[in-house]
Amino acid sequence: MAQAATVAVQGHEHASAPHEPQGLLKYVWSTDHKVIAMQYLFTGMFMAVIGGLMSYVFRMQSAFPGLSVPGFGVVSPGEYNALVTNHGTIMIFWVAMPVLIAAFGNFLIPLMIGADDMVFPRINRLSYQIFFLSALVILASLIVEGGGFGGAWTAYPPLSAQDQYNLTPLGSSLWVLAVALEFVAFLLGGINFITTLMNSRAPGMKAYDIPMVCWMIVIASILFMLSVGPLIAGAVMLFFDQTIGTGFYNPSRGGDPVLWQHLFWFFGHPEVYVVLLPAVGVVVDIVATFARKKLFGYKIMLYTTVATGVLSFFVWAHHQFIAGIDPRMANIFTITTLLISIPIAELIFVIIATLYGGSITLKTPMLWALAFIAEFMIGGVTGIYLGASGSDAYLHDTYFVLAHFHYTFFPIAIIGGFAAFTYWFPKMFGRMMNDTLGKIHFWGTVIPFNFIFIPLFVLGLGGEHRRIYNTQSFPELAPLQPVRVLATVSLIVMLLFQLVFLVNLVRSLWKGPKPGKNPWKSNTLEWTAESPPPHGNWPVDQMPRVYRGPYEYGHPDREEDYWPQNLPA
Amino acid sequence: MSRPIATTRSATGIPTGRLAVWWVLASEVVIFGGLLASYLLHRLGHPEWANAAAVTNVWIGAFNTFVLLSSSFTAVLAHRAAEHGDGRRAARFLLMTIGGAATFIGVKTFEWYHEIVEGYTITSNGFWSFYYTAAGLHALHVIAGAVIMAFVARDAARGRELQRVEYVGIYWHFVDVVWIFLFPLLYIAK
Amino acid sequence: MAQSHHPNYKKIYVTLLVLLVISVAGPFVGIKWITLIAAFGVAVVKADLVIQNFMHLKWERRIVKFALASSLLLMFLLFAGVAPDVMRHTGHNWVNDAALAATARGIAPPHGAGEAAAGEAGAAAGAHSNGDGGAGTDGDTAAAPGGAGSGAGQPDTLRR
Repeated sequence: MAQAATVAVQGHEHASAPHEPQGLLKYVWSTDHKVIAMQYLFTGMFMAVIGGLMSYVFRMQSAFPGLSVPGFGVVSPGEYNALVTNHGTIMIFWVAMPVLIAAFGNFLIPLMIGADDMVFPRINRLSYQIFFLSALVILASLIVEGGGFGGAWTAYPPLSAQDQYNLTPLGSSLWVLAVALEFVAFLLGGINFITTLMNSRAPGMKAYDIPMVCWMIVIASILFMLSVGPLIAGAVMLFFDQTIGTGFYNPSRGGDPVLWQHLFWFFGHPEVYVVLLPAVGVVVDIVATFARKKLFGYKIMLYTTVATGVLSFFVWAHHQFIAGIDPRMANIFTITTLLISIPIAELIFVIIATLYGGSITLKTPMLWALAFIAEFMIGGVTGIYLGASGSDAYLHDTYFVLAHFHYTFFPIAIIGGFAAFTYWFPKMFGRMMNDTLGKIHFWGTVIPFNFIFIPLFVLGLGGEHRRIYNTQSFPELAPLQPVRVLATVSLIVMLLFQLVFLVNLVRSLWKGPKPGKNPWKSNTLEWTAESPPPHGNWPVDQMPRVYRGPYEYGHPDREEDYWPQNLPA
Repeated sequence: MSRPIATTRSATGIPTGRLAVWWVLASEVVIFGGLLASYLLHRLGHPEWANAAAVTNVWIGAFNTFVLLSSSFTAVLAHRAAEHGDGRRAARFLLMTIGGAATFIGVKTFEWYHEIVEGYTITSNGFWSFYYTAAGLHALHVIAGAVIMAFVARDAARGRELQRVEYVGIYWHFVDVVWIFLFPLLYIAK
Repeated sequence: MAQSHHPNYKKIYVTLLVLLVISVAGPFVGIKWITLIAAFGVAVVKADLVIQNFMHLKWERRIVKFALASSLLLMFLLFAGVAPDVMRHTGHNWVNDAALAATARGIAPPHGAGEAAAGEAGAAAGAHSNGDGGAGTDGDTAAAPGGAGSGAGQPDTLRR
């Protein structure tokens, strides 16, 4: 990375940041990265409620088949399919990505690199508007005639391509449209993030002085950008198949459904790292702060992350082991998939090594960060059984897979999301959250989470396939019903504990104590701005300069156990 | 024009706008690359598509290639003029480029009209589905590029934001490069 | 930096036009390989000229060249990974009947190939054991427009 001194513009030149709109119209016209971050954050949280309620309904159907679900009614097979499909789709594209990447990326990157905004504020605003539109479209797809698309978030043709099979002509097309719009929004946002990080750093901030969470979000944006292209092409082809009767995926018309699978998973696999990396970045920053210890291997972590990103493009067909791909390709993808577990494990080792010997304080954000490590490791380890094509032949499409990816996605999106939220809440809102309520919410989320998904591993090993509307139809699966009930009851407990978070949120926003600039005594630049930062982040003549790396905790030359990046030596 | 300090910094030495355009192109490479790879996979696997491919008119395709290459030429001349600070000259060259874009779209409209009237529609068979989708996606990029270029030309004529002449030019050359590959794929390699 | 480098744009433009003429003239020679080299070889050269000289990539910083090269290489990776399933229509223990039937039918009339008899999904695994696994090919992506699997002449007798 070029070491060229950044060109910090004189205070009197381009000093006027775009005028900030006031009042309610702020949320229509503002180009301030912090406002846009809030918009993404709250849209994502709202969609999380929708996605969570969907899981409540279909798990009720699974545990008590045929009974009327309180608040919903009797679930029909078509509705069941639509619920599981859209639960997955919404959680990945409208919760995990907007919260971890768009919200925290937008909020943190300019602040952490000492800039006054993103490089293209108006494109930033446009990206949110397109995203908002995409959210409206996916929600609309649920209520149009015929109902929401029910062909799984993977949308394999011919089920997804032909109305005669999926029975949701409007819903399926709107689903594709919504996902395509979301992709465009994130492409635009990603360009902003990447360019801002590369170019707009504070004077003195070299590449290795950038906080890890910023690197992670930008590397994730690059991975997204490079992997989503073929799927955008594929989605256009699917949309045409659905609406105008082309045969891109129809073998009797010269097409091939396996092509969709490849295009989808060529993106789908890097996508999981697109969401994983920001969560790891959040955890790293939190761990360093609450262990009062320098990150164990900054460069190791950075290069390992790049290696993970590169390797992530070489493993995609492990999602297709029994879909009929050439078995010789299955051999190759097994090897690459097992290989990729190494750099990911390396990332976890670096975090653990950072903890070792640290002076650990167990505040709520730290609890979330630690839980991420423990729970994600279960997800990672169970992935090995799926990455080996031999064992995958049995486990594919069972609840084992589902439990595996919930042990990865839930730590990423929910645990990582709450970690970031509770950690940066004081900076974002100028209030402290209540730590006791935070801890109650934490335990009330994490413990039930395990009681939902460990039983699902058991079900999967027992042979239960995914996406089954009524397991009572299968005599060999029916006896395991108590396990399903346990999982569902645990889900309800977990959902109820989210009310504790809501209470904490509302109370803290209105009556939480004021935190000052740096309540956690952290080193990174965002903690040198006001809480919350004003438009432009710092007064124009007080833009920060950087003198050291982001994780100088416990440095022997200092009396304090932390050394902010912007303090002159 | 007020812009954040962030936009004016350049730790890499590459102006922010140009850096962003390169990243836009990287994402476009994988979009078109995915579409063209899909086409190529099917085309190589279905030799019988040659009969459909024979219908496309190589002379129209070649003319359009000539038009786009020429428009790239005028676009880079606009860049050179902008570098020398001559906004009005740059705007003139940009307008020529937009003219090239309009010609391209016009010829394509004429071409497609005749093909559709003769019964070769997007649903006719696999070749035609890819033909219209790929060339259509490209044409959308041509139109979008021309629109953006018009705004840049208007500013340049007033001596403002001259650096954007280069950036929109880079995007335009990319559109040209995509066509450089579409032309043999859809018109020559039969 | 890019600003101070201006190659002779007119010369490049004329070269591009000459190359265009070559690529159009190629098919008239009649030999398939010459057509392909003229068409695609010229395309690569033209693209290179435009990218290096008009877009000034030749004078751009390394990181940009690297990003663009990565995106292009990924497309080759995509092609290589998908070709064994989509480009080929037979393989190790599988046969794509529908695709082979389409090829055997030859010319598809302009208004749809909808009368396909074998409408099952392509690349069904398992049941069709085609002895030599597709004539011992390695699933590579050799560009051979004439070769769409071994069964082109025997549309419905591929199952063993």
